[in-house]
Amino acid sequence: MSHPVQAAEFLQDAAKSKWHDETLWFVRDKRDKISHTIPEWEQLRELASKIKDNVLGNLDTYLEDFERNASKNGIKVHWAKDAEEHNSIVLSILQEKNCKAIVKSKSILTEECHLNPYLEKSGIEVVDTDLGERIVQFLNQPPSHIVLPAIHLKKGDISKIFHEKLHTEEGNEDPTYLTQAARIHLREKFLGAKVAITGVNFGIAETGEFVVCTNEGNADMGVHLADVHIACMGIEKIIPKREHLSVFLRLLARSATGQSITNYTSHFRSPSAGRETHIILVDNGRTAQLGRETFRNSLKCIRCGACMNTCPIYRRSGGFSYESTVPGPIGSILSPGLDLKKYSTLPFASTLCGSCTDVCPVKINIHEQLYAWRQEITKAQGTSGKSLSMKLGNGIFKSPLAYKISGTLMRAALKTLPDSLIYNPLNSYGKSRDLPELPKESFKDWYKINRG
Amino acid sequence: MSSRSEILGKIKSLKLEEKPLPETPVFAVSPNLEESFIYSILSNKGEVWTIQELEGKIHSGTFPKVFSALPEFKSFSNQELPADPHDFADLDLAIIRGQFGVAENGAIWLEDVDLGLRAVPFIAEHLAILLDRKQLVGNMHQAYQKVGMTESGFGLFIAGPSKTADIEQSLVIGAHGAKSLLLILT
Ligand code: SF4
Repeated sequence: MSHPVQAAEFLQDAAKSKWHDETLWFVRDKRDKISHTIPEWEQLRELASKIKDNVLGNLDTYLEDFERNASKNGIKVHWAKDAEEHNSIVLSILQEKNCKAIVKSKSILTEECHLNPYLEKSGIEVVDTDLGERIVQFLNQPPSHIVLPAIHLKKGDISKIFHEKLHTEEGNEDPTYLTQAARIHLREKFLGAKVAITGVNFGIAETGEFVVCTNEGNADMGVHLADVHIACMGIEKIIPKREHLSVFLRLLARSATGQSITNYTSHFRSPSAGRETHIILVDNGRTAQLGRETFRNSLKCIRCGACMNTCPIYRRSGGFSYESTVPGPIGSILSPGLDLKKYSTLPFASTLCGSCTDVCPVKINIHEQLYAWRQEITKAQGTSGKSLSMKLGNGIFKSPLAYKISGTLMRAALKTLPDSLIYNPLNSYGKSRDLPELPKESFKDWYKINRG
Repeated sequence: MSSRSEILGKIKSLKLEEKPLPETPVFAVSPNLEESFIYSILSNKGEVWTIQELEGKIHSGTFPKVFSALPEFKSFSNQELPADPHDFADLDLAIIRGQFGVAENGAIWLEDVDLGLRAVPFIAEHLAILLDRKQLVGNMHQAYQKVGMTESGFGLFIAGPSKTADIEQSLVIGAHGAKSLLLILT
């Protein structure tokens, strides 16, 4: 299914989608407020971007340094060229340890590799321990946002599933009550797991250590109680030196949720006595993206989610509409690199307003890359940008629902976009003359009232 | 070919241009480190207590099981450090000492030597951290200068209690780890 069709489904529940939109905008606003308290904010973004430039130009050396230093510290380093190899490495460690139940903490990479179904097929119980991830796991859903996994759900939905799975009181929607129930449930899982899996926020070449950031403390609860820690890391997560953490940690939480730092920032350098630490370095399309000059910068991403929170399309279409592990603007430039055909509508799920680029802490030129993908997709389909966009447009108008969303998205975009962007000649997806009259407040009317 | 050499080979074959690492300039910090630090801790939902307050609560039985390896709290500690962290599953309070704090975000640096067991600050229901008020730095750049090249197997910044906002963005304290962070400046 294409993005517009999926988005239309999300918009059917108007109250919920309005809440989604406003809540993410609130998070974006918190990010703005806190970033304005740091006078050197722009310098930090520039530094982060430059450090990542250096990383991408020397990735092989840094990976070798990392491997050498981590091994010296007693960490076992594995390499996986793709998702399948990653999954089979995890499974073989679990089998060696005779482990039937694991706890996992927020790792977008394991989502990308579809680790859970893979392990479950082999009879292993996988428990996602981040509260939001546990909620969506109960519902058999993937996360809809990389930082706020359950942002598409209302507390009523959560109360219902908790009543079913954890036997909480029917109809009790109090977040504190529900969180407490999850705490008791997950504590038992933490205490029972022999192996803990975590993601990685940063791997440091100089020291061979890696850093994991959480607010809940779930990564640490899992790791420090388990005999074995398996960390899964995309190869682009490397940074050269420990001191560089200062730059990235100052940016990450502020960009993500508008807080100055996550409450826990753990540096894993070597396992404690009698325990084991493994790290799996995963490629899965990253070296291919590194080879694409136009899209190389997308590998700088530190997964803060700010581009999602600010995106007028994401906020109004929901994370699931992208049907890719990483949704939103950054997902729309990462996913086509993995499967151009499957994700061909994603680069069009943008107004090209550039807000993503403005908030990105590592200064990825996201909206320019979206435009570049449109050109690639057009080339691949042997047609001009305009006519492809028309074709997509035609697709939209065939389905009344999809049409509705397109119109709603348009109006949504218009609320927040300056004229220069609405009239951006590159933005044929959003051009008024490509759209029939909008149902409620048409573009022309709007323009008359607001700008005329 | 091993995946290792395949991945490294692919990267090497791209022959990407080397770009220099930037130097991090020195940034100004808060003129009042203690005030900023306390403001940050409170924003992170930590609490600031006095030693007397903590002692009073321990005396009154608020925290039945208390662990501390610190000399000044030895008399309150009624738990030994176990070999297996699972034995601390019902620990009510751990009292530890942090190495230094960061004014801009309230983060407190801890290493293996400060924790006893790595699980301690997470598994305890409540966590009290003592910190020398002279051991404060302004920002994270200064913080990592202080961390230096420490070879501790585990290092940790704690900036507040365990918290989540995963249910409709409502903030709830006490997700999995400690339900409170009690800061005591000494
Ligand atoms: S692209 Fe930038 S803004 Fe988006 S998640 Fe990555 S780092 Fe954050």
